Amino acid sequence: MEKSAVFNSKLLPYLLLVPQLIITFVFFYWPAIQAFWQSFLREDAFGLSSQFIGFENYQALFAQPEYYKAMLTTLVFSTLVALLSLSIALLFAAQADKNLKASDVYKTLMIWPYAVAPAVAGVLWFFLFHPSLGSLARPLRWMGFNWNPLLNANHAMILVVMAAVWKQISYNFLFFLAGLQSIPKSVIEAGAIDGAGPMRRFWTIVFPLLSPTTFFLLVVNVVYVFFDTFGIIDAVTGGGPAGATTTLVYKVYADGRLGGDLGSSAAQSVVLMAIVIALTAVQFRYVERKVQY
Amino acid sequence: MLRHFGLATTLAATLAFASPAHAVTELQWWHAMTGGNNDIVNKLAEEFNASQSEYKVIPSFKGGYADTMNAGIAAFRAGNAPHIIQVFEVGTATMMSATGAIKPVYQLMKEAGEPFDPKAYLPAITGYYSTSKGEMLSFPFNSSSMVMWINKDELKKAGVAEIPKTWPEVFAAAKKLKAAGHNTCGFSNAWATWAHIEQFSAWHNVPIGTKANGLDGFDTVLTFNTPLHVKHLQNLIDLQKDKTYDYGGRANASEGRFASGECAIFLTSSGYYATAKGTAKFDFTSAPMPYYPDVPGAPQNSIIGGASLWVMGGKKPEEYKGVAKFFAFLSDTNRQAKLHQESGYLPITKAAYEKTVKDGFYEKNPTLQTPLKELTNKEPTENSRGLRFGNMVQMRDVWAEEMEAALAGQKTAKEALDAAVARGNAILRSFEKTAK
Repeated sequence: MEKSAVFNSKLLPYLLLVPQLIITFVFFYWPAIQAFWQSFLREDAFGLSSQFIGFENYQALFAQPEYYKAMLTTLVFSTLVALLSLSIALLFAAQADKNLKASDVYKTLMIWPYAVAPAVAGVLWFFLFHPSLGSLARPLRWMGFNWNPLLNANHAMILVVMAAVWKQISYNFLFFLAGLQSIPKSVIEAGAIDGAGPMRRFWTIVFPLLSPTTFFLLVVNVVYVFFDTFGIIDAVTGGGPAGATTTLVYKVYADGRLGGDLGSSAAQSVVLMAIVIALTAVQFRYVERKVQY
Repeated sequence: MLRHFGLATTLAATLAFASPAHAVTELQWWHAMTGGNNDIVNKLAEEFNASQSEYKVIPSFKGGYADTMNAGIAAFRAGNAPHIIQVFEVGTATMMSATGAIKPVYQLMKEAGEPFDPKAYLPAITGYYSTSKGEMLSFPFNSSSMVMWINKDELKKAGVAEIPKTWPEVFAAAKKLKAAGHNTCGFSNAWATWAHIEQFSAWHNVPIGTKANGLDGFDTVLTFNTPLHVKHLQNLIDLQKDKTYDYGGRANASEGRFASGECAIFLTSSGYYATAKGTAKFDFTSAPMPYYPDVPGAPQNSIIGGASLWVMGGKKPEEYKGVAKFFAFLSDTNRQAKLHQESGYLPITKAAYEKTVKDGFYEKNPTLQTPLKELTNKEPTENSRGLRFGNMVQMRDVWAEEMEAALAGQKTAKEALDAAVARGNAILRSFEKTAK
């Protein structure tokens, strides 16, 4: 029988919710409302003058071929980052779940990159792979490989994907590891007794039982690539070459903060928000059906 | 015992901090200087702080030029702008149009009662930062121009007898350098659009845009997709294929390729001097930018680069007094001359320039005279007086994007320049609407 406590006050539950609600309002709803409002304004960079211009920012945005290119770039970038960071993290977590001698050290090292700020991570990768200064790029060039992310769009994309994946693996690793450890050993042992090999056990027992974690991480990772990667892109490629790594969120940042065009930037962030909300809804509607809780 | 000792030191420290009878007025100075020039900025602030006791200038490095400017704008919107902010020359139009956000320097000096004679400054430099009436809006701090840095040792090794003067000579020298082992870089440059669009146009006396490159009004239209520009970009595209030319990115991160010896011919700011002096382990010099000899009148004169110090609006009169004192301190002839000779940036006062000449400094260091010679090569024309385009920071990125597309072989030179002009014009029109 479950224990249940009954609170008589009608006010108390709301009071307990207040801190969280305030945080959500101040850090999410308030800026979102402001962005929404700003997307209908034309303002100078300093905010000294502003005028209401209706949907002009949106019209200008959808007339830009660069905007559609950024959408395509985002699709490629987010698919690669989500896929790679999830699968690599799962591989690492599965290894760390085994009875290793130094598994604590291994786990700690795996979690480290998460503590690195995106911009710092970006600068790190920028210098490692700078075509002429980078300590990892020089061997590539010596081997005769023409590594040049400054001009080659694919190289630049590989570079930002590596940086973004590297940063996200830690987070995914943590959750996967926790998920793996919560799978009852008895189920796996039963599979083993029935003669299933390690691969079979993983794919038919562990992976389905892990699906709630995987689904949660998929949602979080999509949000991560859509919103949190502009720092990395800014430091690694600055959206270049020729806009090859300009994703939607980087364009929001570049046009607004670097370009001082806050109206267009706000319009872009409203569109971006709509896309992510739609994506998340789709994930919950269709992908969640396959999840076994 | 130990605890008492701790208490005593805390007490002593508290007393030490509290001891001045009146509080020192702190003046925030945001800047974008890296390498050798960062040291110079810190030293200037230290010297000023030591020279008097009322004010304390606190320099903070805020990243690259664009980052610094944007940090300042964001801080202004949030109501905590610094007192002094270093803004690069392409941010000038944006700052000028922000009446209310800035405190014009001529006003500041007048109100503070500091001695200030606009005529003491070099007009080629202050003209850039003044209104059409000649009122100085910002204080020129580090003015530079683009020069061609030459690794003399490597050129000699490659059998290039003379420093190239024209673009065809540069291309030929780069091919020789490549043959002599510079596989990855015959020549290169930092600040891609500054080199190949802005300075290139002025140096060849062709307009970047109408209305004297925007100096005469915000209703300017870009025009740099001429056959000359197309020809130049096409040359770069051809040479990029085998790395006789190797693109070095939009800002100045690639300057290290000169100091490391990788690129023996490298176009970048004359302000690179302090860093080159500190890091290059070979005999180097600077030469004027190359030109195409078949263009009539070329070379014309180069335009100013670098940055000026803007004073932000809405501060206390007491603080403005301190800023004015600091500017007077910077204008001091000996200090200016020293600053010029150490950093490679141009002297901003006539007296400092004359002193440097009189001291015979240029005979020993011709490197530092190159930008001055470029700037004063000929009487400036409509095309070479300077440029003033709104949202220039964003526009440079757009231009660079198109150049990159051309160099990567995705677009032809003509397509890329047409797109750069069209997209740039869209940005200009949007700026024109906000700045009236």
